[in-house]
Amino acid sequence: MTTNARPRDWIARLEMRSITKAFPGVIANSDVHLSVQPGEIHALLGENGAGKSTLVKMIYGIMAPDSGTMLWEGQEYRAPNPRAARKQGIGMVFQHFSLFEAMDVVENIALGLDSAISRSALDREIRAVMDKYGLRLDPRRIIATLSVGERQRIEIVRALLLNPCLLIMDEPTSVLTPQEVEDLFVTLRRLASEGCSILYISHKLHEIVELCDRATILRGGKVVATCDPRKETPRSMGEMMIGSDFADPARGVANTQGAVRLSMRDLSLPKPDDFGVALQSISFDVHAGEIFGIAGVAGNGQNELLDALSGESLADRNDAIRIDKDPMGRLGPTKRRALGLCAVPEERNGHAAIGNFTLADNAFLSARTRMGLDPNGIIDRSGAEAYAQAVIKRFSVKALGPRALAGSLSGGNLQKFIMGREILQNPSVLVICQPTWGVDAGSAAAIHQAIIDLANAGSAVIVISQDLDELLRLCDRLSVINGGKLSASRVVNEVSVEELGLLMGGHHDQTIASGGTHAPRA
Amino acid sequence: MTWTFLIDALVTVIGITTPILLAASGELVVEKSGVINLGIEGMMLVGAITGFAVAFEFSNPWIGIGAAALAGVATSMIFAVLVLSLGTNQVATGLALTIFGIGLSSLIGTNYTGFAALPFDPPFPDALVQHPIWRVIFGHSVFVYFAFLLVFTIGWFLSSTRAGLVLRSVGENDFSAHSIGYPVVAIRFAAIAFGGAIAGIAGANFSMVITPMWAEQMTAGRGWIALALVVFAGWRAGRLLAGAYFFGVLMTLELYAKASGYAIIPSQFWAAMPYLIAVAVLAFISSRDGKSGKEPACLGKPFLPNG
Repeated sequence: MTTNARPRDWIARLEMRSITKAFPGVIANSDVHLSVQPGEIHALLGENGAGKSTLVKMIYGIMAPDSGTMLWEGQEYRAPNPRAARKQGIGMVFQHFSLFEAMDVVENIALGLDSAISRSALDREIRAVMDKYGLRLDPRRIIATLSVGERQRIEIVRALLLNPCLLIMDEPTSVLTPQEVEDLFVTLRRLASEGCSILYISHKLHEIVELCDRATILRGGKVVATCDPRKETPRSMGEMMIGSDFADPARGVANTQGAVRLSMRDLSLPKPDDFGVALQSISFDVHAGEIFGIAGVAGNGQNELLDALSGESLADRNDAIRIDKDPMGRLGPTKRRALGLCAVPEERNGHAAIGNFTLADNAFLSARTRMGLDPNGIIDRSGAEAYAQAVIKRFSVKALGPRALAGSLSGGNLQKFIMGREILQNPSVLVICQPTWGVDAGSAAAIHQAIIDLANAGSAVIVISQDLDELLRLCDRLSVINGGKLSASRVVNEVSVEELGLLMGGHHDQTIASGGTHAPRA
Repeated sequence: MTWTFLIDALVTVIGITTPILLAASGELVVEKSGVINLGIEGMMLVGAITGFAVAFEFSNPWIGIGAAALAGVATSMIFAVLVLSLGTNQVATGLALTIFGIGLSSLIGTNYTGFAALPFDPPFPDALVQHPIWRVIFGHSVFVYFAFLLVFTIGWFLSSTRAGLVLRSVGENDFSAHSIGYPVVAIRFAAIAFGGAIAGIAGANFSMVITPMWAEQMTAGRGWIALALVVFAGWRAGRLLAGAYFFGVLMTLELYAKASGYAIIPSQFWAAMPYLIAVAVLAFISSRDGKSGKEPACLGKPFLPNG
């Protein structure tokens, strides 16, 4: 790697000077300075709303700065559109992939290129790039059938085909298995050693310590620090990011001995559509006071399991699911809520909340039964607003008030609101899918603490997440879901990350084979 | 049943199918870009009267066809500006466009009712055109050959060219297409203009060939059939061709039932058949598992770039 030998007087590949960008009502970036050297892996850190996305969008030509200059290898640089940025040698892998579900891999990659190229030639080029960087993917598959990790590989291949000199990665590891993350890091280090600069946005601080040469930390649109991550700890960087200490969630004593509050017995469901996953004979128990984790790579049945638990899809027998001994397998979501089971689905905007509705209306929709907000079928508006206000206050949601539209909140704030809306209903069982995906460290800690408090008060909590660190920190026991089957549960203290990673990989042989350093499959 | 009867029937089917096939081909391109234009009927009528009037004034059917296409484009641009630039609702705007087209064409047409259209002969030697058997292939107006060429070209364009791929990507995921750097709004403008031109030509097909004269609302709801046909065909050019002929056969049956005076089944029933079948087939298709119809994912949704 060239990183350690980098002379200080090299001309920066990209330099941003006094960049300022304002939107109506907010200053997204204020007087930002940033420089990225050739071959450097540079981390861009900050909470949600700190201005990271705005900054990289200006580099990639999606937005233009209000003032300030950018230099590319010493020359003034301006990108009126992404095409111009790509021509300059800048590639970007988005956090939310810009993929087209109904098309295949080659078509998707062709769309990301600026010149027409025949399908067969493109096929060859794709295979060459994939061989070179150890990425595996069948170019003919339809996107809708791919896992999130595989989708990300398409984005990476698409960026690499343009031979970029600067690759921007926006939160690339949020949905990958540990093995996939290692594979990605191997690819990135290889790229950096060939002189490509990488601008790496992430909120996973230990990854930055492991991977990056330098970090620029943004807070409230301003650069608050530039540091060498290898000389910092995740905690010290987290504090720079937030600007104050934040309390690590305190778990207290784990509890797996309480009475069974939720039990699922031998639940099987056919796949809901062509791209769904069938659930196969799933059984588990969750006890009072326990946090039970379900790990797994996206698209292995998590959403189907959540729907089966929340009541959006019904079981074939009523006794397949019981809450406090009451069978409820054939009951819909409203009746399950009345019995004490609340659920938080993965998709915040559109599934857990309606973007065009106010927070009060969204609170009403889920809490009306348990909180008595619709006496005689008439909406109790002041009651709903008071409840939404209580959620906002208790969970420090940054919103204008109960009448703010749900869609106007940032992802982390909306997630805090949705979590709060369910938790304040005091459920006996709470099911949460991806509690902190894309949520900044401060909000994530608050959400984790709320989950722990709920469990400590005697509820049973099920957390479905792809973030293994989160599950290991939070849960008492966990199982892995793969291809619609749930593994036997393990007590968290007795299981290794490698073991879980292999379970998550399941039949994805390629992931294991390409890693090289892992234990052989069990 | 004799050979001549069969050949007569076939020639009728081909003639009656062509304007539907044309209008549906244009709409297919529009919908593939993620826009639904319910104004086909209106654009067809504006094309019909413009084509008729211009061909009549200039005594040249070719100038008439060109003018019909331009009139279709101009009408479609009203729709495009409203839905793309001003973000109005596509369904409501499309319906308004149809009503507007009916009114405008009637207004222009007041001075042209009662005249016969310029004769517009098939582009082949008379020997072939009037040959008792070969007229199945050579006895048609240019519209028929154009429609065949168009539907195959569109099928090839959408599946095998880069421009077609970009067009489909805009209809599948406008946000992603924008973030990659494709001009979503410009591409949709172009698609709507193309659909307008083809609808205008389909209208001219009516007033210049099928019933060679001008009458108010002479397209008689064929624009709506074309719209249903796009859904019916699952947004595929090949099935569009097959579906158009299916409707063409049904409509021909109606004509023959009327002409024969065969009264056990009233001719109104035959007239209603295409619409009934369209409803039945659409219900059947949508009752099968949800994803089989390949509807462009962004169909009908407005795209506002700075969201």
